[in-house]
Amino acid sequence: MSSQTNKTRAEKYWRANVRLIGILLAIWAIVAYCLSILFVEPLNNFQLFDLPLGFWIANQGSMYVFVILILVYAVVMDRIDKKLKDESQT
Amino acid sequence: MTAEVWTFIFIGITFSVYLGIGIWSRVRETSGFYVAGRGVPAIANGAATAADWMSAASFISLAGIVSAKGADGCVYLMGWTGGYVLLALLLAPYLRKFGKFTVPDFVGERFASNPARIVAALCAIAVSLTYVAGQMRGVGIVFSRYLGVEVWMGVVVGMVIVGFFALVGGMKGITWTQVVQFFVLIVAFLIPAIFLSNTLTGNPIPQIGLVTGDVTSELNAISQEMGFDKFTSSFNSMSGWSMLNVFAVTLALMIGTAGLPHVIVRFYTTPTVRAARYSAFWALLFISLLYTTVPAVAIFSRTNLIQHFNEQPLDKIREKPWVQKWEKTKLLKFVDKNGDGKIQMASGNAFVMSGKTPTDEPNPDSKNEVFINNDMIVLSTPEAGGLPNAIIALVAVGGLAAALSTAAGLLLVISSSIAHDLYIKFFEPHASEAKKVFIGRLMVVVAILVAGYFGIDPPGFVAEVVAFAFGLAAASFFPVLLLGIFSKRVNHYGVICGMLTGIVFTGGYIACEKFLGVDFKSSLGNFYIASEGIGTIGCALNFIVTIVVSRLTPAPSAKIVELVESIRRPDEIGT
Repeated sequence: MSSQTNKTRAEKYWRANVRLIGILLAIWAIVAYCLSILFVEPLNNFQLFDLPLGFWIANQGSMYVFVILILVYAVVMDRIDKKLKDESQT
Repeated sequence: MTAEVWTFIFIGITFSVYLGIGIWSRVRETSGFYVAGRGVPAIANGAATAADWMSAASFISLAGIVSAKGADGCVYLMGWTGGYVLLALLLAPYLRKFGKFTVPDFVGERFASNPARIVAALCAIAVSLTYVAGQMRGVGIVFSRYLGVEVWMGVVVGMVIVGFFALVGGMKGITWTQVVQFFVLIVAFLIPAIFLSNTLTGNPIPQIGLVTGDVTSELNAISQEMGFDKFTSSFNSMSGWSMLNVFAVTLALMIGTAGLPHVIVRFYTTPTVRAARYSAFWALLFISLLYTTVPAVAIFSRTNLIQHFNEQPLDKIREKPWVQKWEKTKLLKFVDKNGDGKIQMASGNAFVMSGKTPTDEPNPDSKNEVFINNDMIVLSTPEAGGLPNAIIALVAVGGLAAALSTAAGLLLVISSSIAHDLYIKFFEPHASEAKKVFIGRLMVVVAILVAGYFGIDPPGFVAEVVAFAFGLAAASFFPVLLLGIFSKRVNHYGVICGMLTGIVFTGGYIACEKFLGVDFKSSLGNFYIASEGIGTIGCALNFIVTIVVSRLTPAPSAKIVELVESIRRPDEIGT
């Protein structure tokens, strides 16, 4: 494998990584800052059983989302890593 | 058997286990001492990170704070969990790829600058020292409350235990002890919560009981009757925070979390980059077990305490043994202001306050007749709920596990910053492995003595310095690490100016407000940001200064560009 193709490959890999990070952090920001803080009062007009919806998102839901975001990142990066490995073997 | 006997038994069992692990995992090399030989599986590292992260404050105080601030307590819940998303996506994998031992290692090499390394090492020491003092204090308080010994004796016992497994086993000993401590603390936290949830909502899972039961709407109704805002309304009078402030505090705590050296260094211990990513997932999953239970505990125990106290005859209240015990500690105080023989709860302070502690003088401006310290909420829950003595003892052991595990992680950061980043690097770069480990151990002893001193005789500002630790980490480390990885253009001029700007601004603001008594609240009006949240602004300034100064000065050398590329490149691609 020539070092030139390795360099393009590394750049491609990095771009895919940055894009994935961007998407996941956008969700992170929407849940933590838009839903839980900025629009918490309008959301509180809706009920999730006993709890106002905004309160539930800020105090419970947001944390579930954080856990899922990290898991998704790890799993998708696994796939990107695997694809890269397959490519470099062919 | 009494709770004291149970506590002795549990402490005996858990401490023997901690000591056993220390002996089993003794180390001889620096990589074992500082990064556990990079042999910690992802899930174990996740549990260790969770124990490292959840301190005495998370275990003992958090539910109490949320209970007192109502919906605005979410800043701590989101702030101290959301930071892991930043850590997992932006920092952990690349720092693991970089390898080496410490955070200042990265700063020093990425920016090819010894001054930058020294500033980073000093920041790491300052942040960790302020943090560890609170942990030692926590150990002392748990001992004194449950076993009736003096606080200083408790602190000394804690110092000996932490010292032993940190000295013998280094990071390896600390990591495997933390794994055990995680299980102790999570079981101790969940059992009373499950019991309470089952009693109040009929569902044993607190997260579900909170949603399906009717405790919260009941609490909202009682709160309004008593003159409080609804518990679930945001930006309420209980916290007195504006939306802007809630925003700033949440962001500062998140960024600060991602920038704390004792958390970052945990990701150096995993075998691969992939394991670093998964261990961040396990860590947050384990942390969330406790953090999502916190609002449930806050709401249940607040309701429980109101039922115990409000409109109840004072004589009857004082007949309960647990009330007598807590009154003795002064964390719970009653005063029957209107002389009707009953206790009324209302908004405002029951007593004239001196800082955060109540004086004996009743506060005439409020109808409130009871003072409840935040720290009492979790610790008194099993007693107030009438749980068996064994469970009361379990909570004490859980609090100890939380404090000891965090203290151990912090001590290792302090030791590695002094020994590895400062002493060895600058004075004895060619020392033998045995000598390096010896100096590391020596510094652990120094750090324990300093931390113990702070724990026994805490300077008055210790409670305030937690805000300091997060603000400092947010305004110094986070921008430097992030830009160091994601920008090839940022150089050491930019980073040093940026770190100094961030630290001086953040530290200055906190010092002015907390110690010099400058009243930012009235002068800034709607734009006021509390000390806890000012790290957000400090961080933004750091970013701006670093980028601008870097643009105006020469680009980093080709060697550094190659270093950044190698951090970003997965192992699958060769050079």
